[in-house]
Amino acid sequence: MSDPVAFGDEAATFQRERRLDEIRREAEQRGQLQVVGVRPPGAPFPQATPENGYYGIPLLKQPPWTWEIPLYFFVGGASGAAAVIGAIADYTGADRELVRHARWIAAAGSVISPALLISDLGRPERFLAMLRVFKPRSPMSVGVWTLLAFSSGAAAAAFAGFLRDRYGASLPLRVIENAGQAASLAFGLPFANYTGVLIGATAIPVWNRNAGDLPLHFAASGLGAAVGILELAGHRKNRALQALGLGAALFEVWEGLRIESRSHHSLAPLKQGSSGWLTRTGGMLSGPVPAVLRAASLVRSDNRRLRRWAAWSAIAGSLITRFAWVRAGHVSAQDWRQPLEIEEP
Amino acid sequence: MSVTAFLTDSTLCIGCKACEVACKEWNDVEEDGLAWSGFSYDNTGSVGASTWRHVKFVEQAPEPGLGGNAGEQASWTFSSDVCKHCEEAGCLEACPTGSIVRTEFGGVFIQPDVCNGCGYCVLACPFGVVDRNKKDGRAFKCTFCYDRQKVGLVPACAKACPTESIKFGEIEDLRQKANERLDELRRRGMDDATLYNPEETSVRGTHAMFIVRGDPRAYNLPPAPQVPTVYLKKAWRSSALAAGLLFGGTLLAFLMGGRDGDGRDGG
Repeated sequence: MSDPVAFGDEAATFQRERRLDEIRREAEQRGQLQVVGVRPPGAPFPQATPENGYYGIPLLKQPPWTWEIPLYFFVGGASGAAAVIGAIADYTGADRELVRHARWIAAAGSVISPALLISDLGRPERFLAMLRVFKPRSPMSVGVWTLLAFSSGAAAAAFAGFLRDRYGASLPLRVIENAGQAASLAFGLPFANYTGVLIGATAIPVWNRNAGDLPLHFAASGLGAAVGILELAGHRKNRALQALGLGAALFEVWEGLRIESRSHHSLAPLKQGSSGWLTRTGGMLSGPVPAVLRAASLVRSDNRRLRRWAAWSAIAGSLITRFAWVRAGHVSAQDWRQPLEIEEP
Repeated sequence: MSVTAFLTDSTLCIGCKACEVACKEWNDVEEDGLAWSGFSYDNTGSVGASTWRHVKFVEQAPEPGLGGNAGEQASWTFSSDVCKHCEEAGCLEACPTGSIVRTEFGGVFIQPDVCNGCGYCVLACPFGVVDRNKKDGRAFKCTFCYDRQKVGLVPACAKACPTESIKFGEIEDLRQKANERLDELRRRGMDDATLYNPEETSVRGTHAMFIVRGDPRAYNLPPAPQVPTVYLKKAWRSSALAAGLLFGGTLLAFLMGGRDGDGRDGG
């Protein structure tokens, strides 16, 4: 080990000594020193200011939900809309096979939805704690009761219908089937879109900014998926489904334009970064792609193949859209500027 | 039963974190982990599932007088953050189990034996206070030391505070004390001292008020927090419209074209 002053390179020592003389001269002449100084790693130190907020630490907490919840949004939307289609198809005397398929989609959703919802709870064994109260001002509470009523109705209608087909009609079966179907229609209507209210009425900026859009958006998304699943089940000649699929796709086109045309900082997660691309992918697959395919299928001879592609596109679009909105919520919660109302520099 | 509140005075806080320690010890709250944040001496960042009191270290550019420092040193103020116990509480409204209740002291309390960990209160808090404990699964936040208040004791943090920066008492008394303190600070030339208590927003005031100097945003205190129930009307109206359109559209579609082109095409 060498002492740099005593044994070091003489030139370096001379440099250091001259620098000290300079510092002394500057201090004598100006009364202060203007030097960069020592900059330790990480400098300049972060400061808490009205421009930086509290070191840019996000105020809001991110959604604690995992993948089950966006998947639940998808399943709930599709099965709710399927129940509506099934019931109205039955009342208007449409194809029995279509009614049967729609009921089974609703029934499948009535089993999968609560399973997804319960498995995401921090304490799944306490799911029943949600059924000790009904709170109209809590969308989660309203939603759980809607889910319960919908699930009971959809499952009862499908099961009673199955027993009737197999063992013949009887009065109790017919009563259960009709009551179940009526309930699945009445509660399927809100069930298909309440998840929009659920995330809309929160503190997350990108969600509450769209509180008036989300339920309509999610209803159209769910309808597109339900029509798609029914078409994949073989109903590719049904004109009512074609009209509904086209309607849902056109609404999603409009929703996509609405998202893209508004400019507000809180909407950035829908347009930028990974959540933005996810939103756009979901939007394209839900709106323009099935709309064009369905329009083409009206004039082309291979229309059933086009409708199959439209169906796949709408289903994928609906699924991606739900994940995109939840992802956007995460990004929005991390944006520390929003709740502090600090403009982006 | 009197309605109580906290008044946290950042001009008296010395950043000792005794409130954090007292809170953790009394409430048996687990540790937050040991990680350096690089943000002054604040290595916790925010209140959360395992931090119910949290001392903020607000380090700013040198400004003579602010924080009582010499002119060439960075100014340094501290403020002990806590659940705001809103008058109109988003978490309480959102809770689907009824686990979150308003106590007789005016505080907002999560009953741990009812909470099922749905996490919706986390999204409903405009202050980012409520947090789900990943290991435990339930939501946690400051209890306002409901157990201590029930037997007439002051909350652990207020009791442990060595400078009376955390004041606890009857809410009307504290409002008066806050105004007196602001007058005193202004008399001493601290014109930038303000009381943070968002009474004019939909939160309608809090049971945890703060005296800070300068812009409250530097303390991560939002200028206009909104209780999320204000969005309900717009959202449910949209939901009703969506349900109506879905019903009407489906009915129309099947009345017009349901019977034509029926049948499966067999693949």
